[in-house]
Amino acid sequence: MPSATAPPDADSTACVLDLEGIEALVRELRARGRTVIGPTARDGAIVLAELESADELPYGWGVELEAGYYRMKRRTDAMAFAHSAGPQSWKNFLHPERARQWTADRAPDGGMTVRAERPEPTSFAFLGVRPCDLRAIQIQDRVMIGGRHRDDAYEERRTGAFLIVVECVEPGATCFCVSMGTGPAAQPGYDLALTEVLDDSGHRFLARAGTEEGAEILESLPHRPADDITRTRAREDVEAAAGRMGRTMPDVDLRALLAGTLDAERWNDVAARCLTCGNCTMACPTCFCTTTEDVTDLTGDHAERWRRWESCYDMDFTHLPGGSVRSTGRSRYRQWLTHKLGTWWDQFDSSGCVGCGRCIVWCPVAIDITEEAHALHQESLEPQAETKGEAS
Amino acid sequence: MTAVPLPYRVVSNRPETTDTRTLTLRPVGEALPAFAPGQFAMLYAFGVGEIPVSVAGLQDGALTHTLRGVGAVSRALCAVRPGTQVGVRGPFGTGWDLPAATGRDLLVVAGGIGLAPLRPLVQAALSTPRNHGRLNILIGARTPEDLLYRSEPDAWGRPYCGMTVDRAGPEWTGHVGVVTTLLDQAAFTPHETTAFVCGPEVMIRATGRELLHRGVPAQHIRVSLERNMHCATGHCGHCQLGPLLLCRDGPVVGYDRAEPLLAVREL
Repeated sequence: MPSATAPPDADSTACVLDLEGIEALVRELRARGRTVIGPTARDGAIVLAELESADELPYGWGVELEAGYYRMKRRTDAMAFAHSAGPQSWKNFLHPERARQWTADRAPDGGMTVRAERPEPTSFAFLGVRPCDLRAIQIQDRVMIGGRHRDDAYEERRTGAFLIVVECVEPGATCFCVSMGTGPAAQPGYDLALTEVLDDSGHRFLARAGTEEGAEILESLPHRPADDITRTRAREDVEAAAGRMGRTMPDVDLRALLAGTLDAERWNDVAARCLTCGNCTMACPTCFCTTTEDVTDLTGDHAERWRRWESCYDMDFTHLPGGSVRSTGRSRYRQWLTHKLGTWWDQFDSSGCVGCGRCIVWCPVAIDITEEAHALHQESLEPQAETKGEAS
Repeated sequence: MTAVPLPYRVVSNRPETTDTRTLTLRPVGEALPAFAPGQFAMLYAFGVGEIPVSVAGLQDGALTHTLRGVGAVSRALCAVRPGTQVGVRGPFGTGWDLPAATGRDLLVVAGGIGLAPLRPLVQAALSTPRNHGRLNILIGARTPEDLLYRSEPDAWGRPYCGMTVDRAGPEWTGHVGVVTTLLDQAAFTPHETTAFVCGPEVMIRATGRELLHRGVPAQHIRVSLERNMHCATGHCGHCQLGPLLLCRDGPVVGYDRAEPLLAVREL
């Protein structure tokens, strides 16, 4: 453990884990009854799945990202977390795409009994949460359990989850967490934070605890005090990552920009490209919209209510007796973007975007949220420019 | 209770107009917390689904709802037999907030089935006449057959209760025209008036515009808006109208907030 003369930025729990420490971490979490979820290479992508051991981490894999483009790529080193966001996010586990909400039974006398679905107690440990994704979890917390009505099942899964953040040292070409203020350094909210370091001194992780349970687990692992070289290297790598963002958002008040551009010509431009497929909403770590399905068994006396993800790009999303409110692709793309960057603030007092870049990567026609925001910003400046032009 | 429906027994299901029915429901066991006029419930037809329906009456601990059968769930609810059970969640959303209009003239403007959520407001206002100024009720419908609660408005008119229809039959001797044409006969001092408006969105916009023109302050024009809803708890995202989640921030909102949002096509 660091002494009193540790650098002022040092966390009092900071220590160094070697690869055997990471192996012990997964073992310890599993021994405590936790389901460990982390990145692993599968089917041509780095996916989030249950890990039985740290051997399943994607050592030596990176990813190549662009708008509408995702490829795994062999690295020249053995880094485990040198890849940015994959196709899934942690919402797949905390806010699953399909969940039963209640069951109802009808008695012969017409009486109805409704039982809330009691979710099985889950005890997730998420290994490899990127700082942007930690923010995404906190954003979904505000939606699902931050208001007047709390989603009990979400709360159960969320409060039982142990979060291990791994700071970002290898941002992708579609990343813009710096613009959104969410990364690449870990911000509060984690149980453990790790920074992966690989140099001549070896492959290791600078580890800090953010909670008592985190400190307790860290203490149980083979570790050594944080040395200055590892600390410095970790800090420099994260700082360097901040300078290597592939994308930026316009440096303006995005909420005001979106509120002021509802009539922009750019919406027609993007609508001509957008397929309204909803991929961006499925990949987005904060998109939370759902629909409900009611089903019965063959007797008709046992009914179930299921909830599943839905997208604001679906035509039926705004269905009213008179037809859909947003019948055009223009209005549906505009809804998604204005909600994500603008009205989310009104509804939940935060941005709905964390800068992970998933929506850019998984868009089949390579629509880029940052490019659209820049274009809206440019268009918002234009009338002024025209007026000047006319005056001169 | 907001997560799962409570069973309510259908006490009565009577036709209101040719395509609407009024259900009266009583709790089988535990009752939901009290609803305020303007709030809504999620009504569950067993195995079919849930829809949001405003309360149309709140007397003696019963819930009254008037609905039109236009989709699978509303048709199933319209067909429920007395004695059977439906599920109810609620109360949800903002109410009309009659107490905030204390001392002011009241102007109730209803279009079609929009009268249903206004009915408990009218009943509340009639039961506390000393709390407010003059009560005006303006009711519009497509045809005379579409006027709800036909036997009731005669007892409401203090000082004014007017009805108008878009298309009259030979038996109709009353007003013909949109509901705002009744405003000239209502007795109210615009800047001291609170208006309560519910009906089709085009009627809400026309009424809001006319009331603003006459000097009713925008924040004192309370309008009830409709969007698709699945959860009523702010989690499903369907009922967004720009910055508003209407299940939470509505359905009743001030026209100062609603007007700019309703002015944007397909928001």
